[in-house]
Amino acid sequence: MLTKEETHNGIFTMGHTACSGCAQSMSVKLIMEVLGKNTIAATSTGCLEVFSTRYPESSWRIPWIHSLFENSAAVASGIEAALKITGKKDGITVLGQGGDGGTADIGIQALSGMFERNQDILYICYDNGAYMNTGYQRSGLTPLNAYTTTSPSGKESFGNSRPKKYMPEIAMAHRIPYTAVASAGYPLDLQKKVKKAKSIKGAKYLQVDVPCVPGWKYEPRYSVKLAKLAVQTGLYPLFEAEYDKIISVKKISRKVPVEEYLKLQGRFKHLFKDEAGKAEIEKIQNIADENIARYALI
Amino acid sequence: MAKNIKLMQGNEAIAEGAIIAGCNFFAGYPITPSSEIAELLSSKLPKTGGVFLQMEDEISALGAVLGAALGGAKAITASSGPGISLKQEHIGYASMSEIPCVIVNVMRGGPSTGLPTLPAQSDIMQAKWGTHGDHAIIAIVPSSVNESLYETIRAFNLSIKYRTPVLILTDEIIGHMREKVVVPDKSDVDIIDVKLPDVPPEEYNPYNYTSGAVTPLAPMGEGYRYHVTGLIHGETGFPSQKTETIKNAQNWLIDKIYKNIEDIEKFDEFQTEDADILVVAYGSTSRSTRQAVMMARTAGIKAGMFRPITIWPFPEKQISNLSKRIKKILVPEMNMGQIILEIQRNACESQVYGLNVVTGEPITPDQIYAKIKEIAES
Repeated sequence: MLTKEETHNGIFTMGHTACSGCAQSMSVKLIMEVLGKNTIAATSTGCLEVFSTRYPESSWRIPWIHSLFENSAAVASGIEAALKITGKKDGITVLGQGGDGGTADIGIQALSGMFERNQDILYICYDNGAYMNTGYQRSGLTPLNAYTTTSPSGKESFGNSRPKKYMPEIAMAHRIPYTAVASAGYPLDLQKKVKKAKSIKGAKYLQVDVPCVPGWKYEPRYSVKLAKLAVQTGLYPLFEAEYDKIISVKKISRKVPVEEYLKLQGRFKHLFKDEAGKAEIEKIQNIADENIARYALI
Repeated sequence: MAKNIKLMQGNEAIAEGAIIAGCNFFAGYPITPSSEIAELLSSKLPKTGGVFLQMEDEISALGAVLGAALGGAKAITASSGPGISLKQEHIGYASMSEIPCVIVNVMRGGPSTGLPTLPAQSDIMQAKWGTHGDHAIIAIVPSSVNESLYETIRAFNLSIKYRTPVLILTDEIIGHMREKVVVPDKSDVDIIDVKLPDVPPEEYNPYNYTSGAVTPLAPMGEGYRYHVTGLIHGETGFPSQKTETIKNAQNWLIDKIYKNIEDIEKFDEFQTEDADILVVAYGSTSRSTRQAVMMARTAGIKAGMFRPITIWPFPEKQISNLSKRIKKILVPEMNMGQIILEIQRNACESQVYGLNVVTGEPITPDQIYAKIKEIAES
């Protein structure tokens, strides 16, 4: 738990232009409460960059750099190295951050290099499952059968044809000291993981599930509910790992069928039209069940 | 036959033109303001037996296009400023290994992330010089939605005919503007298809530097085995460091374009016959220019417009000829002054004036007319 002084520290402030119900902005606020003012952030192009730094204002009360789409991990690497050689690294958290596209697609090369060098950086991937900033195009972390503007559903397709990339396991394959998966639906769990990451030296990867109102096409009031359902269905397993070993998982308290999660979102509505859609929902259920078995979620 | 008239967006016209040209492969990556081209082709291509691939980044998008073209596909990618910067090494590879492909750049303000949602014409010199090494390139600058469709078809034709990357440079205005388009039937337009070489595999060399004719690129999988590399290579495709081969290969990359400039060039003239002031404008800026020329004519100033449609290779001869007659030339551009350099180089005896707007706003007819008036009175 955080002390009262640690919360509401105003590092990520109000006044930004995120959509109502944006789970990313909620998560960033929670994360910055933990990381505090001694943080330097490099942020990839994406929603967060756009909505939190509209000219002439900024929501950030820390040194903050908008890098490029593909290089926040590389820019963070340079910051960390410079702090080290100038003797200023102690007590400063270097933060690299990006969306799922900026992390798992175009940015994965820079991120892999940062992991491999085990630089003392916390990298956070805000995963909303598509390129929301440019108009909802699919990414490597878009779930199976989701409609996006470049994986349209129709006669030829049920939407995105592949399941999402297991990005946390790619991080773990680098044998970095700490990998964690969190969710906007579980704020205390999220803050606990950020606190732990902050205390560890070396490369850290945190991936946060952040539902997106316009991209997932649901009512803004369902952001937290959907984040929770993603966990309770088994579709978004929350866990922590040290090096290549999983050290904790968030157990599912009540297993929920994936339909409960899918039916609230417009990006899956084509799956509820006919029998063929039912078979596709079954495939998504299988992914959830495999996750439950793989990560021992029950 | 009744004309097929549609209202569409510039980016849509490019996607439509690509399908009519027989394009069967798109690989790309989301980027504003070009994403609609990818989005539309993600739905159109599967219906026409083509392939849409969303790649993991800008670099691999063009990489996949080159692979597809080697496989015999008619391939296209689309992007904007930062994405085109990332693609530069592949553009050089396509030039060097002579792989036909079409690359759309819906220009936005730069450098770097710049102005993602606002127009600019600041990638004109990048189109020619963006990748390293000596090479020639073809670049086309449509000025309307209708022209975007037809020039996309021409871009595919030129890329196959000359085995070269062809860039289409539109901008955020044309990309997102909606206008009337006369959609042609496939049978009404000239389309150059990918062909097999007219020699059997054992006699085939993928390159020919001396005869002046462009060797067709044999699609892989048809029995023609050959070597493809970004290294300087001989006519067999294998790398070479012989001075004679290097000289021939380098000259060929330039000559195959410039010796065929009359086939590649395309331009439009508006009231230049008796003009005292020439305005050279391209892309969306040429539309404001046309209006400004009419305003000037109404006010008794004899202005005219020259509009390159093929911007690279640059229509040097036309500018040189017009400058013999017209001693005052205005070049309005949504950049800090790029094509003006070509005008100054080719119109040495004329006074050349720039009008440069880099605010993310279009140049208005009023601004151009005011400048024409100022020049006329000077």
